[in-house]
Parts: sequence; structure tokens; C-alpha cells
Amino acid sequence: MKKFFSLALALLLVLTVIPVMPAQAAGGSITVYNWGQYISDGSDGALDVIAAFEEATGIEVNYVEFDSNETLYTKLKTGGSSYDVIIPSDYMIARLIQEDMLEELNFDNIPNYQYIDEAFKNTDYDPDNAYSVPYTWGTVGLIYNSKYVDTPTSWDALWNSDYSGKILMFNNYRDAFAIAQALKGYDMNTTDQAELEDCAELLKEQKPLVQEYVMDQIYNKMIREEAWIAPYYAGDYLQMSVDNENLEYVFPEESYNVFIDAMCIPKGCQNKEGAEAFINFMCDPEISAENLSYIGYSTPISAAKEYMDAEVTSSPVAYPDDETLSRAQSFTYLPDETSHLLDQLWLEVKTDGGNTTMYLIIAAAVVVVVVVLAVVLQMQKKKKKARRGGQG
Amino acid sequence: MRRANRIFTAAVFVFLYVPMFVLILSSFNAGRDLAVFEGFTLIQYAELFRDEDLLRLLLNSAIVAVLSSLIATALGTMAAIGIHNMRGKLRSLVMTMTNIPMTNPDIVTGVSLALLFTFIGGLLKTRNVMGFVTLLIAHVTFNLPYVILSVLPKLRQMDSDLEEAALDLGCTPVQAFFKVVIHEIMPGIISGGLMAFTMSLDDFVISYFVYGPRFVTLPVEIYTFTKKPLHPKVYALFTVMFLAILLVMVLMNVLQARDDRRRKAGRSH
Amino acid sequence: MSKKKRWLSGPYVLWMVIFTVVPLGVVAYFALTDNITGAFTLQKRANVGSYLPIFLRSVGLSLVSAVICLLIGYPVAYCIARTKPSTQRLLYLLVMLPMCMSFLLRTLAWVALLEDTGILNTFLGKLGIGPLPLIRNYAAVILGMAYNYLPYMIMPLYSVIVKIDHRLVEAAQDLGCNSVQVFSRVILPLSLPGIVSGVTMVFVPAVSTFYISQKLGSTGTILIGDVVESQFKGAYNPNLGAALSLVLMALVFVCVGLMNRFTDDDGEEIVTI
Repeated sequence: MKKFFSLALALLLVLTVIPVMPAQAAGGSITVYNWGQYISDGSDGALDVIAAFEEATGIEVNYVEFDSNETLYTKLKTGGSSYDVIIPSDYMIARLIQEDMLEELNFDNIPNYQYIDEAFKNTDYDPDNAYSVPYTWGTVGLIYNSKYVDTPTSWDALWNSDYSGKILMFNNYRDAFAIAQALKGYDMNTTDQAELEDCAELLKEQKPLVQEYVMDQIYNKMIREEAWIAPYYAGDYLQMSVDNENLEYVFPEESYNVFIDAMCIPKGCQNKEGAEAFINFMCDPEISAENLSYIGYSTPISAAKEYMDAEVTSSPVAYPDDETLSRAQSFTYLPDETSHLLDQLWLEVKTDGGNTTMYLIIAAAVVVVVVVLAVVLQMQKKKKKARRGGQG
Repeated sequence: MRRANRIFTAAVFVFLYVPMFVLILSSFNAGRDLAVFEGFTLIQYAELFRDEDLLRLLLNSAIVAVLSSLIATALGTMAAIGIHNMRGKLRSLVMTMTNIPMTNPDIVTGVSLALLFTFIGGLLKTRNVMGFVTLLIAHVTFNLPYVILSVLPKLRQMDSDLEEAALDLGCTPVQAFFKVVIHEIMPGIISGGLMAFTMSLDDFVISYFVYGPRFVTLPVEIYTFTKKPLHPKVYALFTVMFLAILLVMVLMNVLQARDDRRRKAGRSH
Repeated sequence: MSKKKRWLSGPYVLWMVIFTVVPLGVVAYFALTDNITGAFTLQKRANVGSYLPIFLRSVGLSLVSAVICLLIGYPVAYCIARTKPSTQRLLYLLVMLPMCMSFLLRTLAWVALLEDTGILNTFLGKLGIGPLPLIRNYAAVILGMAYNYLPYMIMPLYSVIVKIDHRLVEAAQDLGCNSVQVFSRVILPLSLPGIVSGVTMVFVPAVSTFYISQKLGSTGTILIGDVVESQFKGAYNPNLGAALSLVLMALVFVCVGLMNRFTDDDGEEIVTI
């Protein structure tokens, strides 16, 4: 028995020590931190972008995913930031720049930046084009299953009790509040406390109807028809609709969010040149075309459209017309106080309500049972002791 | 009555194993959906063994589990011997400390270590504290009590005269220690180490708070996986691990049975 | 007994001070400071009280699942302990095996079983029974907890019951006890330490879980673990997270302390594999 264990341990040890020394690729390695479901990964016959990059440059990629801008921000803040490339959205980039968390890019290493359309340069979040290179852009609209849901026209379909339990909602405050703000007619970048509290109330009203607050979990839920209606990003709708043709997408009549996600290098990166090589690679029109055809998001590189199927580039979901786009609003940087307020209001929404009386009764009942048991047992013990004492 | 209980027990085992069989069955599913079986295939296994990243994660988990359980076993055994020789207030103080990570919810342990590391990172002015080292430290920390609590009873059972006898018979104190004490408490050390190994291999909650992007373990990555459409090769991995653990357990069972038989035979002669 | 040997625990004590005691100090520090200004504050922490309903919900659900685990686990442990030794070992391993498998994936399997479009409802649908609300309610969360932590209940119960001397039972029978009396007067009191440690081992992870409620619960069944997790992983407010962790810890220590009152155990024993 013992021999078996020492043998097994020795074996394990040998197995362990060998790979501890990582195989260093010639060009070093980089860690890329991206949204889930946000790169062409080689499935369904698409191009494996990361493998292509590794092959082209000899740089090894360690690819990790986050599910919201806030998750990314927290991860950077809590000491786990040895990332080389991150891909946050516009308003988060502004916040990261504000807090001095991004490296300035060396554009000599990113010649493909020339392909980026002028419309995506000198943006609000990065006015001097110093920190970021656009990856994609996209819109937020309503995804619904036409089998169960009549074509919605407004965000208020998400408050329709006919769909109770079949509604999904964003699991991040910026996107969730934007919908309430659109319904209420407030600006999506409002810093007015009363307006924000008003929106929180609206979201609390919606909560009992919501099946789950989701991010990428939406894929399973919508494809399997576990949920019927949800607000989400257009690109993901295009990915989902491949797997379930009942899914449809509309732009609501109110305003909606349009966003740019861009590649940045955080302070504390380990391989800046490798990171810049990656950014450069992603801006190659051919690569961008392959990548974005798969993930469904819209490209900020017009040159890439030449390599894409007409079916993709003419899609009104990915490239809405100017009239539709005129209703879109983009997020901008919010001051710290507003971010904290939103954080707190969002937590209030999520912790609000529930079946209060029921769990109070459960908790009380259980506590009573436990206490009674304790008392009875203590008494028994005492009795026993007394008896023993009496006999002894 | 007894029969009813047996049926009940069987039902409970079914309850315990049904979800796992759903996962195992899904690994042979041609479709991606857990709930709909679309036909038998072995392609997920081919995918699994082609997926270096997934195997790498498994390896990472094994690395942390082996190293942390070895460190914890060494430190913990020493500590147990020390504690065994303590009395009174000192002993209860050390035991209380041992009980903290045992009783504390994992999430609190994870959060407290994460805050400590972030704090230290702030002092060192680095943004990159989380990584292999922090993960290893966290695992050793929650493994230590398991080792101590399984070695201590063995020390208590040990005849304290044994060591003196060894000394009388001409052993040096070091020899006596290794040949007698360690030998006597070996079963405790092994079971403590094994327990630490399993705990560490399967830990998600604590690792989740202290891992860094460059060294991710399997359970942590599975959490990321479960947030999006899960690739069925993960079910294949589950099945392989299930079979591996089953094999190890059966092997241990057989070896132990043989051991028991031998001991019995030895005694009767 | 040698005093010198005490020093063998030196490295351990040092380790535990640095990585257990000091971190709790750091938690307390964060709990008492403001997340924006970094100044000491008690006023902000007063709103921890507003999470009382969530604490209650967590405690309520996890106690219910602990009791269910006890009710299910006791007969099972008893049954295992009464089989012949080789079967015992096998069954014990079968109880342990689920603990070694990823609980995330096992919980996910429950989602697949219970969903409106899941395995059970599809099956029921074929029988003409319309989708039952099996998931996203309290019952589902309790089921998830009971399922995940049942082995933690069976193991300590088994190891206590198997040690009960059968002659005691026979003696009680000889003295005229019926089977109910034998159980309540002999077996139950003797298995009390197992019950306490089992309930503790189910309660503690259940009260602090976040994954089970995320997957099996509804938007209205958020637990305290979810809130703590979200403060460290989603919203960045480690101070509130730290304060809630501190309260959670205190709560658990009080509950465990209360439960340990049932036994005279000195807490130095552990159920080993």
C-alpha cells in the first residue's frame, strides 16, 4: 500500500515538474483578455484567428475571457492584471484612461491602424487616439422568439407580464440602466441622481418578470427557447440566429445604445510589443473580415467589407441605415460618484424583494426548531447528570 | 423495515448519480444540448485530446494539487507533532487557529486572501500579484488543517513509550523519530495528504478569488465555460475524470482489502 | 513529552498567522473603511443591516437543506453501516465519488434536468403534463444544496454509526426496549457527534454558496454569497464585500458554536477519507 503511494506520488511529481518549465515560444507570449464569444475560434469551419496569429508571429497567446466591462475593471483593480491586450467598451476605456490604467500605444508597431475608418478615430473616449484601436462596433436591440412573442416595437415588451419568467435582462448596470433610461426618455449618460433612482425603480418593477440576469448565458437560453425575449448585442444575435431560426431582432422605437469595443494595453503588461503585434494583426482587413463574419459584430474597417459576404455587409442588423442609427446613443465616461451610485442602485435592484414572508417564516421556523432541540437536549443532559450524581 | 431502508438507500444513490449520468451521456451526444440526445458519437473525445488548452488546465490543477498537498503534508505533520507536545492555553490557541479555515466558509477564506494579496501588491507597487504563487499559498493554507487533523489522532493513539524504547535500543533521537514516530503515524500522514490533494484538485471557490490570468486551474475555467454555451468536449473530460477517479478508488479498495486480509492472516498465525 | 518538539509547529504557526489571521485583519480593515475616500467609516457600514433579509434567506435555505440532508442521509448511513465490510467500503466510495467531481458541472446537469425545456419537462410533456415550474424557485435551490452537500452528511454519520457497538443495541433489546426506543435511546444519542458534524459540513458551504443560487434560483432568490461574489467580481466594492464577509463569518461561527454545544467534542477529530 505504502509503496503504491510513494510510487504514485513520485510519478505525479515527475509529471508535474516537467511542464512547470513552460515551453517558451520564440516571440514570447501574450495574455489577451476579451469578452466571451467574441473571437473566431475555428469552430464551424471558421478561421481560428488566434492560431493564425501564433503561426504568423510565433507569439503564443494565452486567451482569457470576461463577461462585462465591470468584471474587467474589477479584475484589473484586484491585482490580476498581467494582461497584455484587453478589449473594453468606449465608456470603460474612458474610465481606464482617467485612472491612468492604460499604456500609450506605439503606432509604429501598428501600421494597420491606417485601415480604421475616420469615423472611429478621435472619439469621445479617446480623443487623441493614443490608447485604443477599435475592434468592433455594434448596437443593442431586442432579440425575441417569433414563435412566442409578437413583434415588439418598444423596450416596454420587456415589462410585459405575458412573458413573465421568459424575459432575460442584462447582467451589468450600464446596459440595464440604458434600457430604463430609453423608456423614461432620459439621457443614457445622465448623472442626475433622481433620474437614476427613477430608473432603478423601473428595473425593480421588472425584476419579478425576469427569468435571469444574463450575459453570455443568453445563448443557451434563447437557442433552447428557455427564454423568449431579451435585450442584447446585435452581433450575438447574428451568431444565435444560426442555431435557431425563430429568433428575430428589432431596434426599439426609443433610443438604444451604440458602442465601440476597442483594443488597449493595460499598465502592467508583460509584453507590449507582442500586444501591439496582436492589435496590428486584428486590424488586417482580411483577418478582421474573417473574424467579424464569424462573431457577427460590425467592422470599423471599411476595407474589410470587401472580403465579407454581401449577405453580411447588407444585413440591416449589423449595419443599420442612417435613420435607425439616428436614434442611437453612445455611452460616455461617467464621473466616479455616478459610477458608485449606479453600482449601489444596481445592487439594490438585484437584492430587492423576493418572497419576503416565505423565507422569513422558513428561517424563523428552522431557528425555533433548532433552539427547542438545543433546550431539550441540554435538559436531558442535565437530567442525566443529575441522575448520575444522585446514584454516585 | 430493513428492506424499505435498502430501497430508500438505492434511491438516494440514484439521486446522487443521475446528474452525473446526464453529463456522461452527453459526452456521447452528437448534438450540443444537454437535454436533447441527437445520436451517438465519439467525436467529443477526439476533440478533447486534441484540445491542448483543456489538457493544460487539467495539468495546472494537478500541479497545484501535488505541490500544495506535499507542502501542506510536510508542514502539517511537523505542526501536528509540535501540537501533540503542547498543553493548555497554547494548544487551544493553535487549535483555534487550525479551525479557522476549517469552519470559515470558503468564500470568506478566498476573499480574505484576495484582499491580503491585493494589499501586499499595493505595498509592493505592483499590479500583478495574482498568479501561481498566490494560488499555491491559498491551497496550502486550506490544506494544512486537513493534514493536521488527520495526523493528530494517530499521534494520540501512538504508544509514547515506543520512542523511548527506540532510544534505549541505541537509536539516535533523529533515527528514533523517523523510524518510529513517522512510521507509526504514516497512515495519518497519507490519508491527510490524499485528502489535501483531493480538496485542492477540486477547489473552485477559493481559487476563483486568487488566481491570475497566466495560471488558471480547471475548476475556475469551468466556471467561465458554464457562463456561455458549453462545448461538449467538457463532458468528455468529465467522463474521463469520472472513470479515472473510479479506477483509483477501486484500486485503493482492492489494495486495502488485500492489506486487511493479510493483517488478519498475520494475526491468526 | 518534549518541549523542544513544540518548535516543530513554528513554521506552521507562522504560516497560519500570515495567511489566516492577518487576512482576517485586512478584511476587517476593508470592512471599516470607505470604498471611495479610504477613510474609516462606521456610518456606511450601517447599511449592512439592509442585507438582513438576504442573510435570513441564506440561513433559512441552508438550514432547511441541512435538515433534509440529515433526514435523507441518516437512513443511508445507517444502511451502509449495517452491510458487510466489503460492501461498506464500496458504498462509502460511491458516496465519496461525487465529491471529487466538478460540482459546477453537476449543478449544470440539474439545470438541464429541471429547465422548462429540460429533460424532465420534455418527458412530462410527452405524457401530456405541461411544463412544471421545477427550476428558479426556493425548492430548486434547496434541491441543489441538498444534492451537492449530501455526501458531507453521509460520511460523518456513517463513521459514527459504524462504530456503535452492536452489543449495546442487543442489551437494550434484552432490557425490553422496542425498536423505536432502541433507536431514540441508544443509537440516536450515540450518533449525535456525527449529526452535528454532518449538519455543520452541509450548513457552512450551503450558507455561503453563490453558484447554486445563480444556476437554480430565480432573480428573487439571491443569496449572501452572490452579493459578496458580485462585490469582488462584478461591481468593484471590496469594502462592502469585506463587511458582508465579516458578518457572514461571524454568523457561521455563532451557528457552528451553537451546534457544537450538542456534543462535548473538543473539535480535534475529523472524519477522514
